[in-house]
Amino acid sequence: MPRTVELREGVLSKNDALAAELRRRFEGAGVLAVNVVSGPGSGKTALLEVVLAALLGRGVRAAALVGDCATERDATRLARSGAPVRQIVTAGICHLEARMVEQHLDGFDLDHLDVLLIENVGNLVCPTGFDLGEAVRVVCLSVTEGEDKPLKYPHIFTSADLVVITKVDLADAADFDRAVAYSALEDVAPAATVIETSARTGAGVDDLVAELLRRRQG
Amino acid sequence: VHELTIASAIVQVAANHGNGGAVLEVLVEVGELAGVSPDALQFAWDVAAAGTPCEGARLVVRLVAVAVRCPSCGTEGELAEPLRLRCRACGTPTGDVIRGRELHVVQLTLAPEVGHAAHR
Repeated sequence: MPRTVELREGVLSKNDALAAELRRRFEGAGVLAVNVVSGPGSGKTALLEVVLAALLGRGVRAAALVGDCATERDATRLARSGAPVRQIVTAGICHLEARMVEQHLDGFDLDHLDVLLIENVGNLVCPTGFDLGEAVRVVCLSVTEGEDKPLKYPHIFTSADLVVITKVDLADAADFDRAVAYSALEDVAPAATVIETSARTGAGVDDLVAELLRRRQG
Repeated sequence: VHELTIASAIVQVAANHGNGGAVLEVLVEVGELAGVSPDALQFAWDVAAAGTPCEGARLVVRLVAVAVRCPSCGTEGELAEPLRLRCRACGTPTGDVIRGRELHVVQLTLAPEVGHAAHR
């Protein structure tokens, strides 16, 4: 006779356990880990360039990990800020996992770091279920993507602590309807803080940095 | 398409609990907010299971509806409209999700152990 076994084991329990360990390491060292997620082309890297510069300008010790399927182009861009930066090349995998973050922490001295920005692979679906040990999950939405994007990709937006609307300098050109976007965000991310930014003009970057530092002090 | 990663992780969980014996069926609970497509998961399942104790096993997906707790009136319940995170009783927006993020293996059906009688 076939036997049935009842259990309740998380499918991603290995990733969850490793992420929990990373979270303890980050918290123990006083590092705010930030997982930045968005679709491709919504301006994550441009945003992180100005955020890194702003953090360093305030004397905050910041570093970054950046995930992409291929190339080290984004790490090269972010390293121009002067912050320690590592590229995670996923070789086609569509999201970052906790083990990739762990493997790339070697050489980063967490005890001498305040903020670690982790730029995920550009993807609004797959990163949803993969905890990286972050304290804050930021999901970006650019004004050129359409106001209803949160409704089309609700899974990731419901997991956001912070939603950053990027490229607001293009809002008028893109006929971006703020009321529609905010209503969509209220549907799927009612608990998230929303901040509007422009990497080009610098608008909102100080607000975002202040919000991150506020969460670091918790 | 992270479903192949998910399918491989399900195979690992099932194989561990099955002590290496053949697995006939795996029941998983997938929350509506887990970000996993049941169709894509089924599609990836055969590939992930090939050459493992799960080869040929049936994957059964049980979807779990989203439920939230209301910060204002305390009601706990499923959503009135799909993926609109509001209290079904009073309409207050709430991010307090109490169900719907599950991604769990909850039941395995294992083949009878070969040579069981010989141990008697």
